[in-house]
Amino acid sequence: MAFDYDKYIRPGKLPHIWCPGCGHGIVMKGLIRAIDALGFEKNNTAIVSGIGCASRLPGYMDCCTLHTAHGRAAAFATGVKMAKPEMNVICVGGDGDGTAIGGNHFIHACRRNINITYIIMNNKIYGMTGGQFSPATPTGAKASTTPYGNPDPPFDIAKLAIGAGATFVARGTAYHATQIDKLIVEAIQHKGFSVVEILDDCPTTYGRRNKYKSVIEMMNELKDIAVPVKAAEKMTPEQLKGKVLTGVLYKEEKPEYTAEYAKVIERAKGAAK
Amino acid sequence: MAKKVAFMQGNEAAAHGALYAGCKFFAGYPITPSTEVAEVMSAELPKVGGKFIQMEDEIGAMSAVIGAALTGAKALTSTSGPGLSLKQEIIGYGCITEVPCVIVNVMRGGPSTGMPTGPSQSDVMCAKWGTHGDHPAICLVPASVQELFEETIRAFNLAEKYRTPVMIMPDEIVGHMRERIVFPEPGEIEVINRTTPSVSPEQYKPYDTKFGDVPPLAAFGSDYRFHVTGLNKMEDGFPTTKASIVQAEEERQVRKVEANADDIIKYEEYMLDDAEVVVVAFGSTSRSARFAVNEARKQGIKAGLFRLITFWPFPEKQILALSKKVKAFITPEMNLGMCTEVVKGCVAGNAPVHGIFRVDGEPINPDQIVDKMKEVK
Repeated sequence: MAFDYDKYIRPGKLPHIWCPGCGHGIVMKGLIRAIDALGFEKNNTAIVSGIGCASRLPGYMDCCTLHTAHGRAAAFATGVKMAKPEMNVICVGGDGDGTAIGGNHFIHACRRNINITYIIMNNKIYGMTGGQFSPATPTGAKASTTPYGNPDPPFDIAKLAIGAGATFVARGTAYHATQIDKLIVEAIQHKGFSVVEILDDCPTTYGRRNKYKSVIEMMNELKDIAVPVKAAEKMTPEQLKGKVLTGVLYKEEKPEYTAEYAKVIERAKGAAK
Repeated sequence: MAKKVAFMQGNEAAAHGALYAGCKFFAGYPITPSTEVAEVMSAELPKVGGKFIQMEDEIGAMSAVIGAALTGAKALTSTSGPGLSLKQEIIGYGCITEVPCVIVNVMRGGPSTGMPTGPSQSDVMCAKWGTHGDHPAICLVPASVQELFEETIRAFNLAEKYRTPVMIMPDEIVGHMRERIVFPEPGEIEVINRTTPSVSPEQYKPYDTKFGDVPPLAAFGSDYRFHVTGLNKMEDGFPTTKASIVQAEEERQVRKVEANADDIIKYEEYMLDDAEVVVVAFGSTSRSARFAVNEARKQGIKAGLFRLITFWPFPEKQILALSKKVKAFITPEMNLGMCTEVVKGCVAGNAPVHGIFRVDGEPINPDQIVDKMKEVK
């Protein structure tokens, strides 16, 4: 029997705003399969986003959904999770939203290791505003604000998350659709702040400017550059040039923030007696 | 039984007022001269099972407050000038999404870093016009430690009743002074909680005007699930650009406060019955003003004080009525004329309005006010 996505989609809220060929819908389907696999109750699941194309995702999901201000998803989500730790809290958003204007909230959520999963759809561009370069845009690439090529070096978002203290970091691509839900499931099951970066495509504002002939070419590129972590172990640095590692990149067990705060409450109540 | 009495600092009293009101969540960022609010909350909230978090910045603190408030918690943040500027983005978000919360802003000199340890009253315009777009504004300006405690409770009550962020703005003097405070017993001061839905989850809409201008608010993680966005929204919470809906919703958001101004506006009239010269003042400046009124009366000047306790909505009706029977207004304030401009607007030319402005980090002396009274009587 075909998977029933409708169970998690808000009636009457489709079609979505995403362009033909955009990978965000693939990620949303992955997220839905993950939520289903985990057996989450919709009433007890909050999906929090910032601003941008990817951040429109919560509106389509039949959960407790919070479409916040640009860059602020991790901070709002921290408030939700702290106030109601029993809720499943998932952040979604894009590369610019999460790592430029929201960079401070993102790295500090990583540092606290609060039990939230943050899914970053990295399409290397600000799509909603028409294709300005983001902190993930490759050096030299064309964007509406880099007409002579991008002089900025990009972030490696997964490395940024690991460096900031996230205790689970994974990367997938919109091409590898069937891997997305598995990565998200593992990320959510991990106790602590987990980041899933999904390399995505924006044919409308990135592909067009950077001489991609079609969405298929962009998707094929995602297929070609992705190297699973296991396979990369057997490859030489020469062979790995221009490739991107996918799968679970980092995992460690560390005290989780809301659990640590529960201990603060115990200590405070003990002291009050 | 004797009531609990303490000698307490204003900022500490604000924190205790929040706890009395049932506050269960605080997110903040250190900033002078408001930090004691956060310090008390960090110590007291976990004792009652509440949550305290120091966020990475002011914007994050305001964001976490809205997130927590959406789970049903009463939530507080505290800040001062530069932090208030930063928080404005999310205060606007709280206004359009109609999420109750309270912001304690202890006023220091500005703009920018200004005079962090000096008193000021220069954030009152920021309370109404700081965030972009049209939105409701409620701002309270207490003048004593006791009043800061009680007005913080009222700030929560108004936030919950009208489903909107409420600001309480002691100046630095009120925030840092120490005075005697008498704590009310639990239940002695009314504590209001937001209206939650009476309809089934299937029928629930977060902005259902069938229930009036302040629709019931469900909590995340309850039986109700709904969508919240900072975009202009319809009654079901989803974005719209439909002109008639956007217009109606924006008007309702402002109206729910403006139409209830009489319920929100609080003030004190002191020796106004026969007053010819009326001082309009708030916060610590109103204490100098009261002293000045007493001094002036001794010298035969018919002086009085109209003390603002609510700054926004402004008591326009009351000031207009006064303007028809007095000779002059004096508006001392620790800024360059913010309240003065508002009073001028209210009096509609019926009487002259003489400002006394200080932005040098010093309070306004009673002498300055008495001198002005002699000049204008």
